[in-house]
Amino acid sequence: MRAQDRELLQTSRSIREWVIRSLAAAGSGHLGGSLGLADVFTFLYFSEMKHKPEEPQWEDRDILVLSIGHVAPVLYSTLAHAGYFPKEELLTLRKLGSRLQGHPGRDHGLPGVELSAGSLGQGIGVAVGWALARKRDHHPGRIFCVTGDGELQEGSVWEAAMAASHYQLNNLVVIVDRNGVQIDGKTESVMQLEPLSAKWESFGWKVIECSGNNFESLGIAFEQANQKENKPVVIIAKTLMGKGVQEIEGDYRWHGKAPDTIQAQRFLEQIAVYYESMEK
Amino acid sequence: MNPWKNRGNKPTRTGFGEGIAEAGGLEPRLVVLGADITASVGLDLFKERFPDRFFSLGIAEQNGMAVAAGMVLAGKIPVFSTYAVFAAFRAADQLRISVCYNNLKVIIGGAHAGISVGPDGATHQALEDLAVVRSLPNMTVLSPCDATQARQAALMAVREINGPVYIRFGREAVPNFIPENLSFVPGKAQILRNGNDLALVATGHMVWETLQAAELLAAEGIQARVINMHTLKPLDVTSILSAARETHAILTAEEHQIINGLGSAVAEVVVKNYPVPMDFVGIQDSFGESGQPQELMEKYGLTSSHIYQKALSLYQRKKSIHL
Repeated sequence: MRAQDRELLQTSRSIREWVIRSLAAAGSGHLGGSLGLADVFTFLYFSEMKHKPEEPQWEDRDILVLSIGHVAPVLYSTLAHAGYFPKEELLTLRKLGSRLQGHPGRDHGLPGVELSAGSLGQGIGVAVGWALARKRDHHPGRIFCVTGDGELQEGSVWEAAMAASHYQLNNLVVIVDRNGVQIDGKTESVMQLEPLSAKWESFGWKVIECSGNNFESLGIAFEQANQKENKPVVIIAKTLMGKGVQEIEGDYRWHGKAPDTIQAQRFLEQIAVYYESMEK
Repeated sequence: MNPWKNRGNKPTRTGFGEGIAEAGGLEPRLVVLGADITASVGLDLFKERFPDRFFSLGIAEQNGMAVAAGMVLAGKIPVFSTYAVFAAFRAADQLRISVCYNNLKVIIGGAHAGISVGPDGATHQALEDLAVVRSLPNMTVLSPCDATQARQAALMAVREINGPVYIRFGREAVPNFIPENLSFVPGKAQILRNGNDLALVATGHMVWETLQAAELLAAEGIQARVINMHTLKPLDVTSILSAARETHAILTAEEHQIINGLGSAVAEVVVKNYPVPMDFVGIQDSFGESGQPQELMEKYGLTSSHIYQKALSLYQRKKSIHL
């Protein structure tokens, strides 16, 4: 394992642990997707994106637009680990007066939150607008947008996909959290998405597939994403819902659930087991 | 005689387009997004003058609204104008979350509003758009009464208003009577005619109809105050309450459903603070249909003579209460 990957692994472990703690403290929220995306977020904020936690509004920063707003816990945990605010504040998630809204809310003052979002299928359109304006201004920063896979069933996603390729937005990278499940069950039985790569390709996008729970694979994917063609890029990152907590991995019933304190304790133990096996 | 001179009929959308094109020369951050009906919503002027600040997005209003939000975050002032039925309905969720919840300064044009859209029929006649947009937090809602005021509203939206703005306008050429030097202050209603027998509060093109109705009333010795409520949100509470206290009867007039439009907004203020008899001219909970604009205005009870009739019975009702 590369040294930098070992470091990312340590960070993602703590990010996952704090996701579990914050959800247990909140008593509600979305655990499965948040754990599944922990590695993607770790990679983005600790390896890929140009950003300054001490200067959240830094003009030249890369932007993360979270379209899949319900995985807010992993965004918050990552931002806290990056230094945007103290980790202890993660325990205020979803509570009255908290800066950590159930779905990200820009006007609640949490540093690092770029967009209020939560109604699926919209963030990608906002990302397209942001990227289009920046491209026209020759701005150096890139726009990253994380979407769910079930979210791709929203028609507005494909309106945005069409516009991104029409304007050759090579400063836009969409990351699809391809965990294959949504609230009612498997994506392919709720509403078929496959052939997903072919869909994006036919809309004029450069498509990269990778394992979203493996830093080496993520590293290769983002490297390919940086080889500039005149196209927007979509990274279809295969992830496992609940990754790191063995007893809930792949279980769509944990899409929108939070652990109680006893479960949280057990889940943290399973996280420890998972990371010990990874470090071997 | 109506003291306001019609300088010639002109569509409000044309005034809006002129205002946006003018603002384009003053404000380099201004950009315009097109949804395939650019000329129809008056924005071809901007497109011709500033082609590098015009972005065509096709027939995709949900995306257009979201893209507009993204452009604000990137430092632009975007104008997204389409038919009001699409701005307020097709893209309603994007309007609510991406634009209003984020409190982003997108200038939204709601074109072809009202029954006077005419032959296109019910699908294209926005009669409920005000109900949607005025209920959204952070939103400013403007409904100018003629082309001159639409131009002023566009300039004001670019220059003065922070946060999302919805500007409503119609399709047809309507009397252009507001003097260029009558200043437009968002949130500050204009009293276009003095009178203390009753108050007629109107918005959009209905202001002209209301001024005509006031003259019919004057011929019978009833002096109506005419208030141009060009801003539905924030609502000019002061002018409404003065009207309630000083005239003791208020009739509202709008090219919109009675439900949740101007009349409802005025009633919310009146009922809470100073209840007086009220009545409402507007669409009575129905869809529109095809027809010539004037035929439809007649059929759906929106002409000056309808306003006059309702005003007369409201005035009589007030007299019977106060005798």
